[in-house]
Amino acid sequence: MSGTAITAAATETAPLPRFDLWVWIETAAAWLFGIVWIAPLLYAVWAAIHPTGYATTFDLFAPLTLENFATAWVSAPFARYFLNTFLLVTMILVAQFVLCTLAAFVFARADFPGAGILFALVLVQLMITPDVLLVENYRTMSALGLVDTILAIGLPYMASAFGIFLLRQTFKQVPLELEEAARVEGCGTMAILLRVYVPLAKPTYLAYGLVSVSFHWNNFLWPLVITNSVETRPLTVGLAVFATLDQGIDWAIISAATLMTSAPLLLGFLLFQRQFVQSFMRAGIK
Amino acid sequence: MPRRTTIHAWLMLTPALVLLFGFTHYPAVATFWHSLFSTPRGSRPARWVGFENYTYLFEDPVFLQALWNNAIYALATIPLSIAIALAMALWVNSRIAGRTALRMAYFTPTVLPMIAVANLWLFFYTPDYGLLDRVTAALFGWGPTNWIGSRETALGAMIAVAVWKEAGFFMIFYLAALQAIPPSLYEAAAIEGASRARVFWRVTVPLLGPTTLFILVNAVINAFRLVDHIIVMTRGGPDNATALLLTYIYELGFRFWDTASASALTMILLAILAATAAFQFLVLERRVHYR
Repeated sequence: MSGTAITAAATETAPLPRFDLWVWIETAAAWLFGIVWIAPLLYAVWAAIHPTGYATTFDLFAPLTLENFATAWVSAPFARYFLNTFLLVTMILVAQFVLCTLAAFVFARADFPGAGILFALVLVQLMITPDVLLVENYRTMSALGLVDTILAIGLPYMASAFGIFLLRQTFKQVPLELEEAARVEGCGTMAILLRVYVPLAKPTYLAYGLVSVSFHWNNFLWPLVITNSVETRPLTVGLAVFATLDQGIDWAIISAATLMTSAPLLLGFLLFQRQFVQSFMRAGIK
Repeated sequence: MPRRTTIHAWLMLTPALVLLFGFTHYPAVATFWHSLFSTPRGSRPARWVGFENYTYLFEDPVFLQALWNNAIYALATIPLSIAIALAMALWVNSRIAGRTALRMAYFTPTVLPMIAVANLWLFFYTPDYGLLDRVTAALFGWGPTNWIGSRETALGAMIAVAVWKEAGFFMIFYLAALQAIPPSLYEAAAIEGASRARVFWRVTVPLLGPTTLFILVNAVINAFRLVDHIIVMTRGGPDNATALLLTYIYELGFRFWDTASASALTMILLAILAATAAFQFLVLERRVHYR
């Protein structure tokens, strides 16, 4: 990685042995930020794995327990919420991959009158995201009879300008010779797309997939507006309902529920840290 | 171009375009149309009122408060999150002790749902019991503070949560940009005997220009969109001290079911976002060159 190259260069050139006060201050500041950034999470972990009474008293030898997780799990239909979120995220991801691949391929390779204007119109969605248009989109969903369905949560996000943009950039870098070779062998347009373009764009699909899954796993406001029953609510809305209505202020149980709902993404992040970070980087570089 | 290919192109574009127009362009136009009518109530259907909804909005103290709050929210979260993100990226990219652990600590909030974040911080801010009050009590001997329950501190508390959530995300983009800077530039600067500060201002900062603009645009959008925690933590309170434009749209549209006012408010938010888009287009395209 080029990062190590920079570090190596810095090591060679910096005069090291001198006691450098500035380096000490910087290290201390970096760690202070690190602690502040991780503290709320660690505090919640502490509260969740100890009996309720210990949530706010720091006793290193407090008894450990998983009781809070069990209590949280049975006091709200979290299994159903997990299923809803899983269905939602999968549905959006599959739809995004199909729709964005087709559209990106056209924008990358076809040259017809109006293509530029059309692409500019697609990019409008980067700025004006569906979250902002919730009043009007709610009206549309009522007209379609889709209020309180999982489909309605996903529908506004399926044709993603971000996905189209990202895949178009990748497809544009595919050498035309490859496409021509495939055409000589008798491949049609669809076959070329599936056999030449899609396999070469695998890293982009991974990057976009991770960004999309974490965005929709975490999305809140639109699902809150469009759902009103246990059968459709995703985890985030379920957690909000649970934390505000069902529990008083039992922090141990709320912390357990909070960790539980974030666990899949958090575990995925810890296991695939490198891929996660690189995916977010890739998604950000145009 | 053969006609058959053009037909193929349109067939492949149609599904994406239908959804995109249906849920982005149509609602934007329809919002404007509906903002010119009154809210239908019971037996009274919607009637044409022209720009009355906008006039009422500008006489509504809650709207003015939300506009003001949102300005403060934007002016605080944008520079703070960008500056902290840059500092984090520089630290994590240097030879600092424990950089892997630090990178993980900084990035973790990015993968947490905003609702989970809200719960964590509610606990963190709890008067007397919360970690924040314990730390301030131990360090400065302060008494219990109702961080999110009093007008003076509530908006600041919401800003802190947003910055905490965003900075690690922006850090990643700066990190990518820093790692793309060729080491030869630093070597050349070292040969010239440039100081660390000089290298930073003359080499690093100019090369981070495109990344900064990309992050800036994202930060501006987030300043109007990142409101999940406010809806859970304060619901715009106390006394509208944390009401923002989007939380007020939610309140008007889905608590009071006053869709006409909500539409007018949405148009104002769209105008702000469109201005941001225009700024991005003009500045980003003209002044910043991507390699």
